[in-house]
Amino acid sequence: MSVWLLSGAGSAAGVAHWFLVFNVFVLAIVVGVELIGKVPPLLHTPLMSGSNAISGITLVGAILAAVYASWDAKGVLAFLGVTLATINVVGGYAVTDRMLRMFKKGKKEA
Amino acid sequence: MSLIEAYFSEGCYIAAACLFMLSLKWLGSPKTARRANFISMLAMALAVAPSLLPVSKTHGGALVNNLVIILGGMALGTTIGLVSATRVKMTAMPQMVGLYNGFGGAASLIVAAVEFVHKRGELGAGEAVPIFLSVVIGGVCFTGSMAAFCKLQEWISGKPVLFAGQHIMNLVLLLGALGVAVGLCVVPAAGWSLWAFVGLVAIALLLGWLVVIPIGGADMPVVISLMNSYSGMAVTATGFVLRNNVLIVVGCLVGASGIILTRIMCRAMNRSLANVMFGGFGATVEAAGPAGARGPVKEAGVDEAAMVLSEAQSVIVIPGYGMAVAQAQHAVRELAALLEKKGATVRYAIHPVAGRMPGHMNVLLAEANVPYDRLFDLDQINEDFKTTDVALVVGANDVVNPAARADKSSPIYGMPILNADQARSCMVLKRSMNPGFAGIDNELFVAQNTMMVFGDAKATLSKMAAALKEA
Repeated sequence: MSVWLLSGAGSAAGVAHWFLVFNVFVLAIVVGVELIGKVPPLLHTPLMSGSNAISGITLVGAILAAVYASWDAKGVLAFLGVTLATINVVGGYAVTDRMLRMFKKGKKEA
Repeated sequence: MSLIEAYFSEGCYIAAACLFMLSLKWLGSPKTARRANFISMLAMALAVAPSLLPVSKTHGGALVNNLVIILGGMALGTTIGLVSATRVKMTAMPQMVGLYNGFGGAASLIVAAVEFVHKRGELGAGEAVPIFLSVVIGGVCFTGSMAAFCKLQEWISGKPVLFAGQHIMNLVLLLGALGVAVGLCVVPAAGWSLWAFVGLVAIALLLGWLVVIPIGGADMPVVISLMNSYSGMAVTATGFVLRNNVLIVVGCLVGASGIILTRIMCRAMNRSLANVMFGGFGATVEAAGPAGARGPVKEAGVDEAAMVLSEAQSVIVIPGYGMAVAQAQHAVRELAALLEKKGATVRYAIHPVAGRMPGHMNVLLAEANVPYDRLFDLDQINEDFKTTDVALVVGANDVVNPAARADKSSPIYGMPILNADQARSCMVLKRSMNPGFAGIDNELFVAQNTMMVFGDAKATLSKMAAALKEA
C-alpha cells in the first residue's frame, strides 16, 4: 500500500487529481483523433513530420532532468537527451517547412 | 515554486496545448498548412520556456553545469537539426523523418532513465510504471526507427529478415521486460536494481530492432507511422513520470496521429497491422508464379510511346517508389507540361501506400512544382480511368496489379488498387520485368492494351519529352 500512498493515490484528493490527469489524457486522444482524421492524404507527410517534431517536446523532460544533474553520468545522459530532443524538434520543423513551402496551387502554368 | 511561477508555467502550458491543437486543425488544408507549422513552433517555445525557470534558481558551479548541459545541448541539437534538414534530399525524406523520430524516442528513454537513477530509493509504483513504459516504448521507438532508417538507406537489406523462433524470441523478450519491471516495482531500492534497470533498457533496445527487421521495405509507410505513434506514447508516459500535463496532451496528439496514419496505411493494403508486423510479407518469392499470368509482353520503344502520348487527350500519371528511386519527378513534370501544351489534361493518381512513407509521392511531385490540385486520391480518380486515354505508370507495380481485384489466391487480393488497366491504353515505365516488392506477377504488364517501356524512368521520360518536342 505504501507505494500507492507515495504516489498520492491513497487519499480522496489524490484520486481526484489522478482522475483529472486521466481526463486530460482521454480528452487529448478524442481531440487528436477528431482533428487528425480530417487531414487529407495530400498532407500526410507534413502531418507525420510535423507531429514527429512535436514529439520532441520530450525536450521539456530532458531540461528538467538536466536541472539536477552535474557532470556525472546523469549530466552526460541529460546532455544527450537535450541534444537528441532538440534535433528532433528543430530538424522536424525544418523539414516540414521545407515540404510545405513546395505545395502550390495550380492554374498559372510555368 | 512560487505562485507566480506556477501561474506562468500553467498559463504557458494551456496556451501551448491550444496552439498545438489549432496547428493540427490548420494542417488540414494546404492553404493554411505552412501557418500551422509556425504556430506549432510557437507552441513548442511556450511549452519549453517554463522548464527553464528552475535553472535560474541554481547558483555558482551548479548554474554553470546546468547552462552548459542545457544550452550546449540545445545549440548542438539545433545545429545538427538545421544542417541535416536543409541538406537532405526530398527522396531521402522517409529515412530522415524516421531518424528524427528515433532521436525523440531515445530522448524519452533518457529522461526516464535519469528520473529512475535520481529517485531510485523513493520510487512509488505510480511513478515507476510510467518510467518503465517510457523506457520500453522510447527504446523500441529508437532502435525500431534506426532499423527502418537502415533499411530505407539500404545499409541493410530492405527484404524481410526472418529466422526461426523470431516471434517466440520477441515474446520472451517482452515478457522478460515485464518481469524486470514488476521486480523493480516490488523492490525498487535493492542493490541490484540499477543493473536490472540497465537490463530493461537493453531488452527494449533489442526488441525495437528485432520487431522491425522482419518487415519489408514496401511496408515501411506502416512502420514509420507506427514508430511516430510510439514516440508520442513515450512522451505521454514521460508526462506521467514528470506529472506534466502538456507532455501528456501533446503525446496523445502525436500518438493519435501515428495510429490514424497506421490504420489508413494498413487499410490501403487490405492487411491487418498484425499481418504487417508479423507476416514477413514479400519474403517468400515464388519464382515461378501462376502459369496464366505470363504472356507475351508488348514492348514499345520511346518513339512509339511518345506518339501514343501525343495523340492522348487525357493522361493519368501513376507514380510509385520507382519514381523516387530514379528521381524522375522533375522529368515527369516536364513531360506533363509538354502534353498540356498540346491540349491534353494531365492528372496524377496517388495510391495511399505508394512510396515509403504516407504521402511520399505528393511531396516528390510538389518538389517538381506539380500543383497540388492535380494530385488525386484513389477514391477521387479511380472511376475516371475508364474515360482516360493513357494511364502512365512510373515505377509503380503492386498498386496497379489487377490480381488484387480478381485473383483470390493472390497475396494482395482485396487491396484497393488504381484501375490503370481500365484506361484505353496503359504505358508502364519499368527497369525490367522483375516482379515488384510483393514478388507477384502483374497481369497488367501482359494485358492487351498495355505497352512496356523498359529502362531508367528518368532517362525514358526525358527521351519521350525530346521526341514530343520534335513531333
